[in-house]
Amino acid sequence: MTAPEGPLKQTPLNALHRAMGAKMVPFGDWDMPVQYRGILDEHRAVRSAAGLFDVSHMGEVEFRGPGALAALQRLTSNDAARLQVGQVQYSALTTAAGTFVDDLTVYRLAEDRYLVTLNAGNIKKDLAWMREHATGAVIEDQSDATALVAIQGPRASAILQALTSVDLAAIPYYWFARGMVLGGEALLSRTGYTGEDGFEVYVPAERAAALWSALVEKGTPVGLLPCGLGARDTLRLEAKMALYGNDIDENHTVLEADLGWIVKLQKGDFIGRDALARQKAAGVTRKLVGFEMEGRGIARTHYAIVKDGVRIGDVTSGAPSPWLHKPIGLGYVAIAHAAVGTPIEILIRDQPVAARIVPTPFYKRPR
Amino acid sequence: MYPAELRYSKEHEWVKVEGTRGRIGLTHHAQSALGDVVFVEVPKVGRAVKQMEAFGVVESVKAVSDVYSPVSGAVVEVNVGLETAPELVNKDCYGAGWLVVVEMASPKELDALMDATAYQAFLASEGH
Repeated sequence: MTAPEGPLKQTPLNALHRAMGAKMVPFGDWDMPVQYRGILDEHRAVRSAAGLFDVSHMGEVEFRGPGALAALQRLTSNDAARLQVGQVQYSALTTAAGTFVDDLTVYRLAEDRYLVTLNAGNIKKDLAWMREHATGAVIEDQSDATALVAIQGPRASAILQALTSVDLAAIPYYWFARGMVLGGEALLSRTGYTGEDGFEVYVPAERAAALWSALVEKGTPVGLLPCGLGARDTLRLEAKMALYGNDIDENHTVLEADLGWIVKLQKGDFIGRDALARQKAAGVTRKLVGFEMEGRGIARTHYAIVKDGVRIGDVTSGAPSPWLHKPIGLGYVAIAHAAVGTPIEILIRDQPVAARIVPTPFYKRPR
Repeated sequence: MYPAELRYSKEHEWVKVEGTRGRIGLTHHAQSALGDVVFVEVPKVGRAVKQMEAFGVVESVKAVSDVYSPVSGAVVEVNVGLETAPELVNKDCYGAGWLVVVEMASPKELDALMDATAYQAFLASEGH
């Protein structure tokens, strides 16, 4: 990330994070909590009980009007026409080359109303892109007025249920409901970025602090911890959920990122369709894979991946996995070396250290 | 948090003088700023180290940080326990979490380091 210009932006929960003792760091343009008690404790809390995350820095943009669906179909690679009201879809905002302007989730709010959730660092770029390449829909940025709190983990649903009349058990994975939480309107989405069951709760910015405090109060007795971006990163890595700017960007296509399931070539034309159709027919020449370290060392972003002394790719994400108790990572490698089981090496401080390509996700929650 | 018998460097290492040797570790501030330490790499016994030059690496979940030697000399002992329990750097930074012992080439170098009071003033001046 480039250094921010001017003062850092704050989410509506900034003062609460500071009062609760979070360690704050600059994250893009934002002043965000990187950890509370510690990344490892927070990570384990999410896997075993629950964790609470402030992700209010993310962007929320509404598409409205009779042209809303057509605009989204033109802009994104997944098939938004398949969405029923109340359903969520993971998708990509694609360039003409089939690479990522951003990745996003698309919510169908009503017949002609959709909400898309964007990465914080891409909001301005995405808005400009969407307004340039799609006409016929009203596109409204609601990012500043919207707070987003994620509660994740096996106990998330029970904790949140205490604050709402909405029947959470009736909401399937990647569906949402709107209803009252703590006496105010909220959107409750059964989605997340941790590999666990849980919800992402959208509320007006002014009600974020009350929601956060109530969830901490209800959750603490059953093991909930407030979490920072550090644990969010290790959790999503274990679940092999891509991080924009690391694993996906404008230089790698959706197919190369191994996200072919969000590319629906049959749905009709969209930006990047031709490039992706050609690439699908010809086959990708590199692919995002997961690996585990076998030698002693931790792979980090930008480290070289080598085989027999030849560079075959780069690490895009790497960290010690608290779940597997060994370092893991993601990276793009030449397709000839992308098969599961392939021994590779990661160049760590000029020394090759043994690693192996493994099946992903690294972590799959028990169901 | 900052024992009076130790000397401290601006890179947040401590030295405990043991005769002609110096035992070296990370300060409370350093381990706290790093967060959960998950990996430690220090030089082998016999390697020469120089004052204020990087001689090892400590990694937390999120970040990789160089460790600088507060004194010059030859490494005579390394804490092999950190290979399997790097978290000792967090749990006991002045005790079981020590990094290496160095046979000091020039004990006069200690004069360039801070005592506990000066180190705490230094931390405050850095805004910690």
